[in-house]
Amino acid sequence: MEKEDSLNKSKVVIIRSKKVLGSNNKVNSSELVLMLKKGLVSLTGDPDFRDVVSRFYTPQDVIGMKVNCLAGKGASTHPELAISFASLLKEAGIKEKNIIIWDRANAELEEMGFPLNYSRNGIRCFGTDTDTVGYSRDLYQYLNIGSLLSRIPLYYTSVQVNLPMLKDHSLAGITCSLKNFYGAVNNPNKYHEDGCNPFVADLNALPQIKDQNRLIICDALTVQYRGGPSYLPYWNDGYGGIIISTDPAALDFTGYQVINQLRRKNGSPTLEKSGIFPKYILTAADRNHNLGKASSDEIEIIKVSL
Amino acid sequence: MKKLKRRDFFKCSLSGVGGILSSNLISRIPVLSVPETAYALSSTGRLSHVEAKYYKKLEHKEIECQLCPRKCKVGDRERGYCGVRENQKGIYYTLVYGLACSFHTDPIEKKPFFHFYPGSSAFSIATAGCNLNCKFCQNWEISQARPEQTYNIELPPQSVVEYALKENAKSISYTYTEPVIFYEYMLDCAKLGREKGIKSVMVSGGYVEPEPLVELCKNLDAVKIDLKAFTDEFYKDICRGRLQPVLECLKELNRMGIWYEIVYLMVPTLNDDMSSIRKMCQWILANLSPDVPIHFTRFTPMYLLKNLPLTPVSSLEKAREIALETGLKFVYVGNVPGHKAENTFCPKCQQMLIGRYGFTITRMNLQKGKCKFCGEKIPGVWA
Repeated sequence: MEKEDSLNKSKVVIIRSKKVLGSNNKVNSSELVLMLKKGLVSLTGDPDFRDVVSRFYTPQDVIGMKVNCLAGKGASTHPELAISFASLLKEAGIKEKNIIIWDRANAELEEMGFPLNYSRNGIRCFGTDTDTVGYSRDLYQYLNIGSLLSRIPLYYTSVQVNLPMLKDHSLAGITCSLKNFYGAVNNPNKYHEDGCNPFVADLNALPQIKDQNRLIICDALTVQYRGGPSYLPYWNDGYGGIIISTDPAALDFTGYQVINQLRRKNGSPTLEKSGIFPKYILTAADRNHNLGKASSDEIEIIKVSL
Repeated sequence: MKKLKRRDFFKCSLSGVGGILSSNLISRIPVLSVPETAYALSSTGRLSHVEAKYYKKLEHKEIECQLCPRKCKVGDRERGYCGVRENQKGIYYTLVYGLACSFHTDPIEKKPFFHFYPGSSAFSIATAGCNLNCKFCQNWEISQARPEQTYNIELPPQSVVEYALKENAKSISYTYTEPVIFYEYMLDCAKLGREKGIKSVMVSGGYVEPEPLVELCKNLDAVKIDLKAFTDEFYKDICRGRLQPVLECLKELNRMGIWYEIVYLMVPTLNDDMSSIRKMCQWILANLSPDVPIHFTRFTPMYLLKNLPLTPVSSLEKAREIALETGLKFVYVGNVPGHKAENTFCPKCQQMLIGRYGFTITRMNLQKGKCKFCGEKIPGVWA
């Protein structure tokens, strides 16, 4: 019976290392690669990370890596994470040209240190605002959402690995994997009311987004546990972690708990006490959206330390 | 005339001296003759960097916008609901000052204004953005876009006034999207226009805080308010706003004595309940004036409401009947060219004062603002 319960649970791996961040929070890439390998096999139980990759991606796939660069340095996905995971994909047989690192704007990618590359050689990296890319001409609608979608997930990629940054968010509660796809629509400013609920869930339920979801590798190397989504150094913690799952709701629920732990550790009020509990995670897990699990009973957290 | 490059042609679909510059509209905007002057205009990739007028600085580089009732709290590097105002290191900027995504010379009747210089032209401009998200928006391609998603022309206030003069326009109209969100640009155009003898009119949803509204109206000559419904539920569900601030805006306009007209777009099944329309008319009578013109206009399936039919003309007529019964004197039916209720009738002798067909004036029986037949003074701003 216990085994059955365990099978029905969504797995979330939190892997941390004290060596992954150096002075000034400089990322140690070789340690990060070890964390990724260990994290991936912990998620599936496969003996080798290449087996894990082949569970989710085929050599024919064009894999989009959706990063979050909006807040600039200190509160955006570290380029080292994307590059390290891309190197693992390559080791697992994925061609570099079939990997696209993307976000909404080239300037924001560049500011974060992502090497822009529009060519057919090497890992590609560009924003939706690239001249020849842009947004769809057609509106995509689901419940409360009506948006133009980035043409990157529509026409350039076949699957995604979501690479969000775990952060506090003064309106939404937290921003992590589900909210990262606000960077895939033309009008995210229209979806911040009422704690972004139910908009985050509605957007992620669009088949064009939901169906491409395979794997989420959340950047929790540094965590803005309060005052987000902007970078405020005095509320930024060198957590030294990455969080991996296939279930975006479960990962975000876990991320919400991590933020609260960091808030408690640092003497800040919890998200609930601050009046910004991220309700949209529960909405994402409801029957209308069915995007994953969002309760402690339904999530198996696997903690790994290196 | 120079030859347009293919790229320019698609980027800048100009009709007369105007165009709506949205990447999603290019296929359905007619391209007529392009005057030589249009070649001086070119799309710009840049956004403006002019500090916003109404906001409050908060702790930790946050700001609170005080332009509209949303009062968005915006963190560093984030934007407000309108999508055109951005917090950069604790200072709030408008990104659309002097950047028109749409401009055209229209008949004033198109706004619609029926009691403001009938038959005159309005040089009309818009920038990207809106502080509402109406599911029936007819200009959603620009109103719901961010400024980097539209093709913008650098058109500083001085150029706006110059174009208005060149086009023999009586007024500059701030329209198509929601002018409140390009407040600073509109205000400077209006001030400059007034110096040059050009009037200014705003076509708005009236979702604005009282203080900026008062400052703005000192420089405007007329305002058209879209009263989108008379229930808060409709505002919340269909427009993502609230009713009360719009009613407060109308009361403030009335108090200030600026000329204003009201448009009520009737959307089948959503805001066409006649008891609600009766309540609205009674509210207008009690709180505003029987003289305020109200236009009941026909809905066309659009944006997120493509599933609904056109408004039946009979519904518009019924609403008009209720408004007249309630005691409102100038009640029109809009978006139904050739309908009798496009015309203005004298409330005293019932003679036709201004005949219209669509946006064209067909008859004028108004002399110095009075009925030619009985001498009744007709409220409005007349030549």
